[in-house]
Amino acid sequence: MEVQGRVWIFKDDDINTDLIFPGKYTYEPLRPEEQAKYAMEDYDPEFVRQVKKHDIVVTGKNFGCGSSREQAVTCLKYAGIDAIVAKSFARLFFRNSINSALAAIECPEAVNAVFEQKAGQGSRLSNLVMKIDLSAGKIFLASQEYSFPPWDEQAMLIFQAGGLVEYTRQRLQNK
Amino acid sequence: MAQTLIEKIIASASGKNKIKRGEIVFVTPHRILSHDNSAAISKIFEQIGAKKVWNPDRIFIALDHAVPPPDERKALNHKLIRNFVQEQRIKNFYDCGTGICHQVLPEYGHVMPGKIILGSDSHTTTHGAFGAAGIPIGRTETASVWAIGETWLKVPETIKITLQGKLKDGVYAKDVILYVIGQIGADGANYKSVEFYGNIVKRMSISERMTICNLSAEMGAKAAIAPFDETTKEWLKGRVTQPYEPLFADARAAYEKVLEYDLNNLEPQVACPHKVDNVQRLKDLPKVKIDVALLGTCTNGRLDDLKIASERVSGEKIAPGVRLLVYPASQEVLRQALKLGYIEKLVDAGAEVAVPSCGPCLGAYGGVLAPGEKCISSANRNFKGRMGCKEDTGIYLASPATVAASALAGYITSEV
Repeated sequence: MEVQGRVWIFKDDDINTDLIFPGKYTYEPLRPEEQAKYAMEDYDPEFVRQVKKHDIVVTGKNFGCGSSREQAVTCLKYAGIDAIVAKSFARLFFRNSINSALAAIECPEAVNAVFEQKAGQGSRLSNLVMKIDLSAGKIFLASQEYSFPPWDEQAMLIFQAGGLVEYTRQRLQNK
Repeated sequence: MAQTLIEKIIASASGKNKIKRGEIVFVTPHRILSHDNSAAISKIFEQIGAKKVWNPDRIFIALDHAVPPPDERKALNHKLIRNFVQEQRIKNFYDCGTGICHQVLPEYGHVMPGKIILGSDSHTTTHGAFGAAGIPIGRTETASVWAIGETWLKVPETIKITLQGKLKDGVYAKDVILYVIGQIGADGANYKSVEFYGNIVKRMSISERMTICNLSAEMGAKAAIAPFDETTKEWLKGRVTQPYEPLFADARAAYEKVLEYDLNNLEPQVACPHKVDNVQRLKDLPKVKIDVALLGTCTNGRLDDLKIASERVSGEKIAPGVRLLVYPASQEVLRQALKLGYIEKLVDAGAEVAVPSCGPCLGAYGGVLAPGEKCISSANRNFKGRMGCKEDTGIYLASPATVAASALAGYITSEV
């Protein structure tokens, strides 16, 4: 499993679910493709204009804190994001992310390296390209290599099944 | 090996005798809670290919977010939920107006000490007030539990928080928990369970314990528990009718951290925009003029909160230009507050009293802020844009007493 893409730098800690997907849309019955239009609306309106398939988000600690709203994950996924590399994730966001088969990777070293290379720039879309090997637990960035710990076995099973909908569907069928 | 409270609760729900920290186990919840998000969950449930929920009696749904529905889309959302409830024969369904899920769940006897409550709402931690483990999960996971009756949990580390001393007059549970969050930070308990001890917790009412467990979500807690005691037992009397067995941490249980706070000198606190851990003493805050004062929600919309606020405003009028919004946590709270005259005092002071619901706390509808407006709120989040508008708005979190005093003054204060 490999992911490669352009790097968005969200250089803040505690980016909460309201910034990722505003609460006012949470009880609108929106399809994931529609949710994607509001991704990061209250944090960076430029994001939805420039985001492309396979992009990667690099961010600080406690990403996705706040609400249990799963749209915070699905809006990013359907906006094109293939992986989020953070110093750490809020528990609910991490679980939702695995359940939606969006790679949520904790690797403070890689995040620090990205933050150092791109200090104080205007646009959050950088010209960096990152490659992630999910099976090997490696991140490749500008000729450097960073390791990250594997997910818990159960999380890996759900991710590999393509998310929790698929995973539970298979469990029901095998009953 | 000695075990913490969460370890015992998870072991019990997974049918195991002993579990280890870091171990992955499967648990079946005593109740699984959801609200207006239940229509979305039912769609995922269909995608999974499930036909019947695993156990309709363990599913709890209360409509509380967009209540009463402000437009046809949200009304349709409720209708889809009612249809699903009927098809699946879910009897623990509470329609619009009954109250906020986290208030209705215990009021109707669905929370039992020693049990796991899973909830598709981040403030499911609230149910720790009853010696239970309230653990928040997402929509897809809720759908999966509806289908198969279990989910996986990693046995977390536990932080023991001891709150000692005697609170000064005018200092409340809300001030206590805001102070603690300010100390340990927005991710201070991420992935971890919290247990509350100390004489301050011992003396707290159930309502106050609900406030501290509710807000523990804002330090990332997976669960936050105030252990069962006589206060819990009294409150549950007549609500929980089946026998239950409370669980307790072993005396020698190993904690990841033990934090002790002596709160004799604690003063009213306020969480400033736009993070809940951005906490300071209220008296150090420069003068902030307010447009809205929000009293209520699952954090502080109970009878004692309305009592405190109504006594503050009794015989006075709120400042010109200020809207004081009151959202009681449930119909039961509203009924008692009516009977005891609290609502009359609030209305006489100029408050707008709403149907028991989440209200503008998450900006879904009703009472939202306009650009540039500032709000003092008894709710639990002050994130940018949270109350519907991000343009130069600011939400300040404080106790109901501070909300009431600020509504009278027109700026943030705890002074009477």
